[in-house]
Amino acid sequence: MLNIQPYADPKYFVILLLALAPLAIGLYFGKRFALYEVIVSLVFIFLMFNGSKYHEGYALVIYMIWQWLLVWAYTLYRKKSNNSWVFYGATFLGALPLVLIKIAPAANWTHVSTLLGFMGISYLTFRSVAMIMETRDGSIKDFDPWLFLRFMLFMPAISSGPIDRYRRFVKDIVTVPTREKYVAMLEKAVWYFFLGFLYKFILAYILGTLLLPHVEHLTLLSASAHHGWSWWLIAVMYVDGLYLFFDFAGYSLFAVATSYVMGIELPMNFNKPFLAKNLKDFWNRWHMSLSFWFRDYIFMRLVFLMMKKKWFKSRVTISNIAYIANMLIMGFWHGLTWYYIAYGLFHGVGLVINDAWLRYKKKHNVPHNKFTEILAIIITFHVVMISFLLFLGFLDKLWFQ
Amino acid sequence: MAVKEEVIDILNTIIGEDISDQMDDDFFESGLLDSMATVELLLDLEGKFDIQAPVSEFDRNEWNTPNKVVNKVESLIG
Repeated sequence: MLNIQPYADPKYFVILLLALAPLAIGLYFGKRFALYEVIVSLVFIFLMFNGSKYHEGYALVIYMIWQWLLVWAYTLYRKKSNNSWVFYGATFLGALPLVLIKIAPAANWTHVSTLLGFMGISYLTFRSVAMIMETRDGSIKDFDPWLFLRFMLFMPAISSGPIDRYRRFVKDIVTVPTREKYVAMLEKAVWYFFLGFLYKFILAYILGTLLLPHVEHLTLLSASAHHGWSWWLIAVMYVDGLYLFFDFAGYSLFAVATSYVMGIELPMNFNKPFLAKNLKDFWNRWHMSLSFWFRDYIFMRLVFLMMKKKWFKSRVTISNIAYIANMLIMGFWHGLTWYYIAYGLFHGVGLVINDAWLRYKKKHNVPHNKFTEILAIIITFHVVMISFLLFLGFLDKLWFQ
Repeated sequence: MAVKEEVIDILNTIIGEDISDQMDDDFFESGLLDSMATVELLLDLEGKFDIQAPVSEFDRNEWNTPNKVVNKVESLIG
């Protein structure tokens, strides 16, 4: 049976743009065909989970009913009352399916993975948990079942983001951009599609399909003679790290471009991450919709809680704890393997060191010029590349298998 | 003290330098304020003006200069 994965091959783009053409014409003339948009989205989502992936389709339906009931129930509760434990409970229940899916491989619960797992569960969970938190804060006041579904199941971003925010999304979806603005969005969309082709189908292909197996093979061959270390490992680091960027940035550009065609300004995911001057700057440029999600819904809330309850006197202690907790949670979210958790810890500790350095720099007026800036960019790039080598799991293959 | 002076006072304490001559400068761009300092700011404003400023209401594009913070606080006081 027909199964079509998003943005996987050139044919997909032809079908996608043909299906979206009526929508684009409508937007150009100031009309948003909401029903047509929903039908097209559902057809594409159906095709994603059709055929061999039908069980993922069922899991998605079960998951959506769960989240729909949960967010609805919490919104109703919140209108009457505001108990912290009810809020923590709702947040936990919202995250629960994802937590189970992440534990399942490590615990060998194959039935849980088959029953609940589907591509994109993480990204849907980020959206609904954020809604619960904003409802708690009183920023989202009502539950609109129809807008909830359109937000959660927004087709261009369903499988891997970017992660949008409910209030931002609704602002876009209930209006139509002016013709001038929409034309500018279409121009950007064309540019993003072609940049995405370059990233994903040319650069990521060269790096990931042509070069990577080759350098990995050479590293494994020369490993036994040098206790797992060899110069080839450095080549793996660069090739794999750059592949990760071009593959994911390419995908993200497709998602953003598609959403622009649909008249929705999905947030961008990358902003020249390898020109970051320090690790903090890096996280403001890399997988931004995820790192900002962690910043706004985990880091800032943890800091808020610790400061309000005065758990620690020193603000440095508070921010250090929050950095490590934030990045460790991100590590665990990637999966329960030693290298994902180590990756999270690496970045948590990295941000703590980075902050200490920034404080030192401010206090002692460390000289700053073009040369130090370039040096900072090179150092940051390599710290990031080392962390990616850890993240991508090749060391696990090299050392433990 | 007027709201404006009090807000500037709070910002000066958090940032550690006088910002009264850069009322329209984006302090996220300049790196003067980070997420950590932002939370301090929200808590200080809550304490000082008896307003509710939860993290969800904090939209970076609406809070990124001293003048915008003053406006926000004035609108929250109502």
